Amino acid sequence: MRLAEAFSRRPLLIAYICAGDPSPGATVEIAQLLARSGADVVELGLPHSDPIADGPVIQAAAMRAIEAGMNTDVYFDVASKIRAEVPLVFMGYYNMILRRGLEKFAGDCADSGITGLIVPDLPPEEAGPLRTACEKAEVDLISLVAPNTPTERIPYIAEGSGGFLYLVARAGVTGARADLQESTKALIERVKTPLPKAVGFGISTPEQAAEVIRAGADGAIVGSVCVDLISKGDLAGLEDLIRRMKAAIREAKSAEKVEKMESARI
Amino acid sequence: MKITDASMTRFGRFGGQFVPETLMQPLKELAEAYSRLKADPQFRGELSALLSNYAGRPTPLYLAKSLSRELSRKVYLKREDLLHGGAHKLNNVLGQALVAKAMGKTRLIAETGAGQHGVASAMVGANLGLDTEVYMGEVDIERQKMNVYRMELLGAKVIPVRSGSRTLKDAINEAMRDWAGSYETTHYLMGTVAGAHPYPLMVRELQSVIGTEAREQILDAEGRLPDSVAACVGGGSNAMGIFSGFLRDEATNLIAVEAGGRGTSSGDKIADHGACLNLGEDGVLHGAMTKILQDPYGQILESYSLAAGLDYPGVGPELAHLVEVGRVTPAIADDGAALEGFRRLSVLEGIIPALESAHAVGFALKDPEALGEITIINLSGRGDKDLTTVMEHEGRGGI
Repeated sequence: MRLAEAFSRRPLLIAYICAGDPSPGATVEIAQLLARSGADVVELGLPHSDPIADGPVIQAAAMRAIEAGMNTDVYFDVASKIRAEVPLVFMGYYNMILRRGLEKFAGDCADSGITGLIVPDLPPEEAGPLRTACEKAEVDLISLVAPNTPTERIPYIAEGSGGFLYLVARAGVTGARADLQESTKALIERVKTPLPKAVGFGISTPEQAAEVIRAGADGAIVGSVCVDLISKGDLAGLEDLIRRMKAAIREAKSAEKVEKMESARI
Repeated sequence: MKITDASMTRFGRFGGQFVPETLMQPLKELAEAYSRLKADPQFRGELSALLSNYAGRPTPLYLAKSLSRELSRKVYLKREDLLHGGAHKLNNVLGQALVAKAMGKTRLIAETGAGQHGVASAMVGANLGLDTEVYMGEVDIERQKMNVYRMELLGAKVIPVRSGSRTLKDAINEAMRDWAGSYETTHYLMGTVAGAHPYPLMVRELQSVIGTEAREQILDAEGRLPDSVAACVGGGSNAMGIFSGFLRDEATNLIAVEAGGRGTSSGDKIADHGACLNLGEDGVLHGAMTKILQDPYGQILESYSLAAGLDYPGVGPELAHLVEVGRVTPAIADDGAALEGFRRLSVLEGIIPALESAHAVGFALKDPEALGEITIINLSGRGDKDLTTVMEHEGRGGI
């Protein structure tokens, strides 16, 4: 399923896991569990030795996964075995893509059921060659917008983005945070684009996920909290969290609809 | 709106800005501030005064008579080992710290491997009144206790890095992660000509004082340009510093001496060397497209060298470009050659070189023919910091 189709059923819950942690086989099952429990998109991270955009939780998962034998070949094998009803999205660093060859990488994504790519260290200035390869393979290259992205830059980023726009909720790296900043809400408002907007970085509770949806996002992205539960072997906890998150964003969306209807009546 | 035209951030096909979106605006602000300040007479005056009166510039160009006799050619040493702090690192940190101050930043962060850049950052932080925090891999902290103490004595905080290989590359990762969340108050003081634009350009320009001086000094001494200039390369800041003075002098061979470590092979996770210009392949590390050491899947390998300052699996993108277009000649000196350089220079000239600089000396001893009749070796640092390493290597135990 292409991302555009998935986003027709917004709000979306997007769940990130690190491929190969704790093992390639477990990743297939965990991805299926996420889809079953309510994740609308599964973001499958390819572990890198030097993940500069990630906080300690995902860094540690990447190290474990590499130790457990994860590499790009195994990654695509795992992806092709997931066969979930929801879209799979690649998340990983540019050097891993470059090393395989841009066209081959994009083609392998398409062949293994991956419909989009998120590359956190590839700003649009540098993304031209990969974008061309993605267009050819008919997969979406998803761009990121940060809280400190100037408003006048946003259209340039959005113009090159496929699928959806990834709104980075806060400065710094991935990882759970207690509070959702005002700047996140401001960012959701600042981003004017026909593309769906999904917010990630720091979302770890159903309340936070609901909050970004209420603020106008089309999707909420959860990562580190999933990785953390997986590292503790708590798959029941993961399933429960995804269910609660999905319920929370649905409720937030329907509340928004009611509000709109009410204000329309007045 | 594009932050910068990609062609402005590159050296040929190398360089660029391969960083998270969060860092694009801080890099833009830094590039603009630096570009404005470097033309500002007041900034230039301040930097120049600090370089003279605090750091001790100009450094001498010394004709090493005994070494020259031994190699049957004239060997000059550019004495960056005499700079305050004992290495060329201060040239760069003074400039960047002044930029940081002008930008209103109150905190400096830096990465360090051997500790030399960390110490230079701590010195400038103390001198200019900026809070300084230095990321250093746990493995390096263990190897370089003396420099950790020096940084602390200078009022800096040393933050141990426990991620990845716990060495220089991970310290850079950690500094970049910090900066992504702290750029409003903090300047990332990168120590070498690596990383995303504008760092390779800015650090080279701030280090170019070495080459500018050396060119004038050799013309005074010899009335002509040298046949070659040799410098060790880790990230490449001392090499780019001295090379930049001679880039237009096509007849002067610029020799980049990389760490051959304990051999030219690579294991699953660790290469036995740090020779990216010689043995690396195209890749992206720390924000730049350059030559890197990596496995078949693109995972970054740990590098190895007895000299901690050359122990880096990447290299400045401009050097990668200059090698590709044939302007810079890549060369290798292994641990053994460096130790030979370390000992011979001590005995012949009464100068104990840093193990990094000893690679350039070791290369000269090994392959004097490559140097021509007159050569300059950039003696980028002094060797006091390496005594423990060398003693341990000799089986004498550390201090």
